[in-house]
Amino acid sequence: MALPQAKTDALEARIAGLSLPAAGWSVPARKEALARLSGMGMPAKRDEYWRYTDPSSLTAVSPKAAAPLEAADEAPAFDGIDRLTLVFVDGVFDAAASDDPALAGVEISRLAEAGPDIHWARDLYGVLEARGQSPVQRPLSALNTAFASDGILIRATAKAAKPVSLVYVHKSDTSDAILHHCIKVDAGAELTVLESGPAAARFNKVMEVDVAEGGRFHHIRTQGRDHDRRAVTHIFARLAAESLFKSFTLTANGRLTRNEAVLELLGDDAVAHVAGAAVGDGDFLHDDTVFITHQGERCESRQVFKKVLKNGAVGVFQGKILVKPGAQKTDGYQISQSLLLDDDSQFLAKPELEIYADDVQCSHGSTSGAIDETALFYLRSRGVPMREAQALLVLAFLAEAIREIEDEALADDIRSRMEGWLNRHKGA
Amino acid sequence: MLEIKNLHVKLEEEDKVILKGVNLTVEAGKVHAIMGPNGSGKSTLSYVLSGRAGYEVTDGSATLEGAELLEMEPEERAAAGLFLAFQYPVEIPGVGNMTFLRTALNAQRKARGEDELSAGDFLKLVREKAKALKIDADMMKRPVNVGFSGGEKKRNEILQMAMLEPRMCILDETDSGLDVDAMKLVSEGVNALRDAGRGFLVITHYQRLLDHIKPDVVHIMADGRIVKTGGPELALEVEQNGYAGILAEVA
Ligand SMILES: Nc1ncnc2c1ncn2[C@@H]1O[C@H](COP(=O)(O)OP(=O)(O)OP(=O)(O)O)[C@@H](O)[C@H]1O
Ligand SMILES: [Mg+2]
Repeated sequence: MALPQAKTDALEARIAGLSLPAAGWSVPARKEALARLSGMGMPAKRDEYWRYTDPSSLTAVSPKAAAPLEAADEAPAFDGIDRLTLVFVDGVFDAAASDDPALAGVEISRLAEAGPDIHWARDLYGVLEARGQSPVQRPLSALNTAFASDGILIRATAKAAKPVSLVYVHKSDTSDAILHHCIKVDAGAELTVLESGPAAARFNKVMEVDVAEGGRFHHIRTQGRDHDRRAVTHIFARLAAESLFKSFTLTANGRLTRNEAVLELLGDDAVAHVAGAAVGDGDFLHDDTVFITHQGERCESRQVFKKVLKNGAVGVFQGKILVKPGAQKTDGYQISQSLLLDDDSQFLAKPELEIYADDVQCSHGSTSGAIDETALFYLRSRGVPMREAQALLVLAFLAEAIREIEDEALADDIRSRMEGWLNRHKGA
Repeated sequence: MLEIKNLHVKLEEEDKVILKGVNLTVEAGKVHAIMGPNGSGKSTLSYVLSGRAGYEVTDGSATLEGAELLEMEPEERAAAGLFLAFQYPVEIPGVGNMTFLRTALNAQRKARGEDELSAGDFLKLVREKAKALKIDADMMKRPVNVGFSGGEKKRNEILQMAMLEPRMCILDETDSGLDVDAMKLVSEGVNALRDAGRGFLVITHYQRLLDHIKPDVVHIMADGRIVKTGGPELALEVEQNGYAGILAEVA
């Protein structure tokens, strides 16, 4: 079927100012991505996959201006955590602000610098993204593969001595960043990647994660509180037998956020959990779009998404579990819930199950509701002020998602950050 | 201590009048009991005093040590010293019992201009009070009232009361759902708080509770009014003869 002219035109306009690097091992992969992209064009509001979220600000030639937020009222994310920090400012690597990328059990290099000896990344860069283009097209991720300016390539060969922390600083009102990370966790190795910060006025990020047999990967991110920033992010993960993947995202503010996760459980007995807590007030749209494919037997997947919305904030959840023929004893669970603090806010959910194996256990649930007035009164009758009582109930609502973070210190960091926001923002 | 004058209350959403001129004064150091048929308005009175939404006061007043209660937010009433042990304690999934108690206690202390209790002091206090009510550590770790038995919920209410040390305690059918031993524990908990500076309003259907918590005054509420007031013997009369005689007499 011919591509609508509007999609092609939008693509041409979007990439007019972008260029592929002249040389380097990633060039073939980038050219393939560009070819894929030409077959897809830019996404538009009329696409089924974008029916709840208007992608026009993500596909526009230039980003809408977004002022950085001076978050003087809170400590930087993961402040107290012993970690190796790599800093990007408006998408540009800041070597002076970053730690020396030497860490026991891990090899780290930059996409923009990686020499031809980085063979493992060559086998990964754009590969998982390409796999993720079917059955649903994700053009913004192909755009990313083609034109990413930089990114981090991390290979864990053993248990990493500490988490690798990617810090995204946003300084310029008009920055437009495209970063692409590749992460490979070798058999039996373990790695935690932290991400924090708004990154840019507009941010397009792809992270490809390949977890080999028995490998363990943890991902915890906070997306920064800049009110007007926009972001589209994709995580593509491929899981071998008995491996584990756990991702948690905390989002507060941001004009538009689309977080996609495309996870493939290929080997037997693999575990994939993806969770998110989002708190939006006012002009805020947060979209979690997840596609989990079960191919191995006895795999477990969890999707736990919670959103707290007020003053017209919009929450979107599109989550799909696909159980392929032969993926027996699949255990899949999906829950998406929103707490609407007023009548102006909205939650749009599209949970889907598609199952081609007979011995599976899959469940999904989606709810949206108001704060429990009876519980609120009970708390107040004990002397807890309205705002504090609301914050307690909001935290309780988000707790199931935060519990998906295995590491206690990291979970505490997220929880106290959330508590701080809720108390300062007076009830979300 | 607590002075209720000519209190008229209707439901906010419908034209249903529930309290039709309640007059009641609880003096410091005294225990007053309210008995009365189902649906006569006892719980409504306790909710209106503690500030629950959904009711409209059309006339009358209620003051706690001279301060007008009905104009305060629920949390202000609590900080002023009012406490309601709920007839149906509320479950709050996701909020730990311990967090709940500490937040409440510190919020009240803050509202009164006192320092927050240190984590250590708080723990010590909670352990001591919980032990007296035979509330085990596991119950303290669980979310507020979630999965608690009926009797455990009631004991948890009394624990909150013991921790918060309110000046005016309203107990709404705290005895219902309690086994004989729990009834004794709860009564001991209440009696331990009895002192010259504190008032109690105990709503109950049964004499049995009043065997343990000896009231100074007993009121009978019917159809939104206090229709009769007397001494402890009034409760015994209800226990033996029901309400028919009393209601006929005041009709
Ligand atoms: N929110 C409400 N909506 C409708 N009716 C209500 C509401 N609250 C109270 N009522 C009605 O008001 C009347 C008094 O109720 P209340 O709970 O105060 O009685 P009570 O004396 O505590 O009874 P019980 O002894 O059974 O606990 C009842 O008829 C009850 O159905
Ligand atoms: Mg009642």
